[in-house]
Amino acid sequence: MPQQLTRLLLIFAVLASGLALARHLLLPETFGERGYYRTAAVEGILKQPIMYAGRERCALCHTQIATAHANARHQSVACEACHGPAAAHTEAPTDNPLPVPRERGYCSLCHGYDPSRPTGFPQIDPVAHNPLQACVSCHNPHQPEPPHIPEECSVCHGAIARTKAVSVHVLLPCTRCHTTPRKHKITPRVARADKPQSREFCGSCHAVDARGPKETPRVDLETHHRRYLCWQCHDPHHPRELD
Amino acid sequence: MEEGKQHRAESGEKISEERRTFLHTCLLAASLPLLALWAKVVAWASGEAPYEPREHYYGMGVDVDRCIGCGRCAEACKRENDVPREPFYFRTWVERYVVSSDGETKVDSPDGGIAGFPATVSEKGILRTFFVPKLCNHCAKPPCVQVCPVGATFSTEDGVVLVDKEYCIGCRYCIQACPYGARFLDPRTRTADKCTFCYHRAVRGLLPACVEVCPTGARMFGELRQRSSPLVPFMRLSKVQVLKPHLNTEPKVYYANLDREVR
Repeated sequence: MPQQLTRLLLIFAVLASGLALARHLLLPETFGERGYYRTAAVEGILKQPIMYAGRERCALCHTQIATAHANARHQSVACEACHGPAAAHTEAPTDNPLPVPRERGYCSLCHGYDPSRPTGFPQIDPVAHNPLQACVSCHNPHQPEPPHIPEECSVCHGAIARTKAVSVHVLLPCTRCHTTPRKHKITPRVARADKPQSREFCGSCHAVDARGPKETPRVDLETHHRRYLCWQCHDPHHPRELD
Repeated sequence: MEEGKQHRAESGEKISEERRTFLHTCLLAASLPLLALWAKVVAWASGEAPYEPREHYYGMGVDVDRCIGCGRCAEACKRENDVPREPFYFRTWVERYVVSSDGETKVDSPDGGIAGFPATVSEKGILRTFFVPKLCNHCAKPPCVQVCPVGATFSTEDGVVLVDKEYCIGCRYCIQACPYGARFLDPRTRTADKCTFCYHRAVRGLLPACVEVCPTGARMFGELRQRSSPLVPFMRLSKVQVLKPHLNTEPKVYYANLDREVR
């Protein structure tokens, strides 16, 4: 072997072993096992204690509440959203009791009126809505119910009801003219009440040949302003004879 | 003729001998993967399957239309991850956007939304308004990882960006580099800190704390590459966007119903 080659090989060997030594001394332990990082760093993060146990763990003991809650309007609200982290509580329930938020300010974090909240999300004005009363005194937080279903149309349609009360139509129930689906009381904008569509509907009482008391004012539908619908001139909630 | 027959019979015997050993070897070889499969089944049944990062790839979905701005996510994050309570350290927080009719956009996030939002001064002149939850986007091309001078922040194989607290020197380059403002310097350790997608929970099959407590399901967490993940129908049924797509960071937090004002 020529002398130069031996020398060159020697130099390479020294360089290679130097590199290996530097790598050994400088690289942190567990570096590069999975990527350009220390696996030990990930293991350190994995050692972090778990604080939130998850609602399945709660259901193991609180069966009744969990069953009721699972079918109620708050079903998507996790137990720990209100009661706080419960991992310690699942280990030693009596030593780590969980808070039960009862103050009005807590419910209004979600249900206080804010224009930024999505449309249709149930909200109240915390100042005007039964002031100083605890929300839980009326609403069960595990099975909250919406406000009572209104008995009368006047609960929502007050202005119309007050007008009708002083008109000659006072004795007619709203449902005589408006067919109202049952659901209208719960979801008024989805299940709408309908309105009369034609002159003939009014004509069923007010036409010349309609059955009914003599006192009912009558018109001949054929000649009485044929091109207009009745309610374009007469307010059905407060009808008057027009000049 | 006689000689030829004998030769054939001999060679036939030899072939069958060879074939026997060959088939034997084949059988043994075929049983090996079966054995491996059996080992896996046993491990799965006993619940001791070791976590394999290569089999996972995490992402998050946020439906802006469902966020009610209650701030429970920010609160849960602070408690799960022991984030300092002072109102300037957040791994996740909720922003309120108020776009007024004159085109001006106001963004606020008092205490990250934990204690609720003060009433807007006046409702008049509001064009639209909504809440946006924010967190680390766990970018596939993270600028924070690129700038770290000591390699203390890194992407794992399951798509999570983490910080090596022992090697972080607290130089704040990553905090400057993050276009989403998702990082902060932990005042106790003087190291960078950020959302980990609750990595310690995810590897155990739990949801991140913020997703666990979100009362309206505005946040979704799961695998991006598995069909059983809740993210798959979310990504299919909603028009999703990411924040600052022009920066080419390839975030893995996907927003549905995002407004153009959100940055």
